[in-house]
Amino acid sequence: MSVTYIDAIREAQETLLREDPRVFLYGQDISQFGGAFKATKGLAEAFPGRVLDSPISEDAMIGMAVGAAIEGMRPIVEMQFADFSSIAFNQIVNQAATHFYRTGVPVPLTVRLPSGGTPGSGPFHSQSMEAIYAHYPGLVVVTPATVADAYHMLIDSVRLDDPVIYCEHKFLYRWLKAPRINGDSLPIGKARITRPGKHATVVAYSAMVHEAVRAAERLKDEGGWEIEVVDLRSVKPLDIDTVLASIDRTGRLLALGEAFPWGGVTAEVVARVCAEGFHLLDAPPRRLNSRDTPVPYHPKLWAAHRPTPESICLALRELLSF
Amino acid sequence: MPETEEAQRTRVELDRDYVRDVFRAMLKARLLESKLSSLYKAGKIVGGVYLGKGQEAVSAALGASLIQGRDIFAALIRDQAGRTAFGEPLLDCTRTYLGSVLGPMKGRDGNIHRGRPREGMPAMISHLGAEVSVVGGMLMARRLKGELEGVVGATCVGDGATSTGAFHEGVNMAAVERLPLVVIVGNNQFAYSTPNDRQFACVDLLDRAKGYGVGGHSVDGTDLLACSDVIGRAVRLAREGGGPQMVVARLLRLSGHGEHDDGSYVPGTLRDSHLGRDCLENGIVQMIEQGFATVDEIEQWKNRFTEEVQAAVAQAQQEPTPDPWDEDWRACSTEPGGAI
Repeated sequence: MSVTYIDAIREAQETLLREDPRVFLYGQDISQFGGAFKATKGLAEAFPGRVLDSPISEDAMIGMAVGAAIEGMRPIVEMQFADFSSIAFNQIVNQAATHFYRTGVPVPLTVRLPSGGTPGSGPFHSQSMEAIYAHYPGLVVVTPATVADAYHMLIDSVRLDDPVIYCEHKFLYRWLKAPRINGDSLPIGKARITRPGKHATVVAYSAMVHEAVRAAERLKDEGGWEIEVVDLRSVKPLDIDTVLASIDRTGRLLALGEAFPWGGVTAEVVARVCAEGFHLLDAPPRRLNSRDTPVPYHPKLWAAHRPTPESICLALRELLSF
Repeated sequence: MPETEEAQRTRVELDRDYVRDVFRAMLKARLLESKLSSLYKAGKIVGGVYLGKGQEAVSAALGASLIQGRDIFAALIRDQAGRTAFGEPLLDCTRTYLGSVLGPMKGRDGNIHRGRPREGMPAMISHLGAEVSVVGGMLMARRLKGELEGVVGATCVGDGATSTGAFHEGVNMAAVERLPLVVIVGNNQFAYSTPNDRQFACVDLLDRAKGYGVGGHSVDGTDLLACSDVIGRAVRLAREGGGPQMVVARLLRLSGHGEHDDGSYVPGTLRDSHLGRDCLENGIVQMIEQGFATVDEIEQWKNRFTEEVQAAVAQAQQEPTPDPWDEDWRACSTEPGGAI
């Protein structure tokens, strides 16, 4: 038996529903149907009245969650796709994110965003929204890359008193498996060294962690390069200390992300490293993101739109040869 | 005229204490807002001042129909009277407008953007229609906790907010969940400067209630007794399990959008029409003629409220304003993993 990434998300929600009477789930098609990706399969039956279908009203879904959180509940809202959270943007960044600062009353709600690209999904079912939400004060934005993190970080997100944007990567849903959900979790806000190395550091998050590891393995085979891979785990808070400590060892940085290239998490990482660790760098830091177009539909275009082990290896070779 | 019929019909049914509560909140709000306007014009208030002049009857009737400590009231921009009737202290208003660090918003937000969410008073954001679903969520939480029995959640919007997606989503969601939500649409004919005919094309906003599957009520917003009756009834219906209720009040804003705006776009003919009638002046006549209060009582209330307003302003004015060095500059209540 093995556990997939989506199993972990489902199990975390089951644990939360079982252990905390304040938790309830709200989203489109999540009740009897079990959700578009089956992340809530069987939960409506197990927890009657606490897994509720919403109308197709993303704005009202988050407004509802803010209200419920004010009253002491711990809502988890499932956006059917991260892309549709644009409709809820106002409630997320203006209502939820400002609430504690303005009123002193925290709003502990978790928004699950099925994020990132998969072949054939096209421009409106593939987006990565983490940078948009991380820009706003008052939100915590997490991007789990492993089965265990998918589980523990969802539990931690719901237990946190602040609004959390939980970005779960659709490409990892069924592809990523683990023998079991292990217990050694780090807190939100701590990055992890996924693969130790000494010649260059790749800072990645979400599905790109796995692409970075693939690239690192190729370069190991190719020339004996030892590439360190840092998994940010949460993009806000951003664990710059772990990133700087890694660059202190390697002297070289590639910031890797699947999101669009203008601004965003990779730009933030490079900016902070330059400002706080310029003296640690032996080469100009590099960024690798998707291309600056909408996410294309056709699998051949999609595979060339996002960073791949090939394009990561290319960027790393240039970085290593500086 | 239907307005007169409404007023006549309600006369016998209305609870004397309730009507007096409504009227007193109207009067107190008008006195407070007149003072705020003077302070603004004297340069004593930073940021905007937004008055509910002309809308006090609608707002106060709602506030007085709700029960503080049990119900939820998400007040909007023109709801000083409703806030007062619901039980918000005058100091919350003066402290927020004057930037006292002791106020509920500590200088972090101002003017009408104030509230005490844990006491059933969410603090509005500027984006119109956005509070409808928040009140819905507060009611959902009460239901999940088994505490919804006898509870009402209410909010107010203007004619402009009915054009937003948030309003539509919020009312529709409340209807689907059959929540005890009361939404008052104060149709004051202008959203800032935009008239009704550039805002919506339906004959009457009341028609939307049917579309949403919620109770619909129409009221003359310039008539204190009609507002007390119709809005009181809508709240009662929601409280007794009748599902969401929408009240459309016909009135005119008797001020600018804010005190920076002279409202010159409002045609004189409209100001002189029935819609332009001052609900407070008319309310004084109604109170006296219908035997709800005497001339002397109203005079005493006026004197007492004037003193209360002066005291609330004076106190807020001598309180400290926020100090950037004391501000913790934290937008999250927790610090997961250390610094953001």
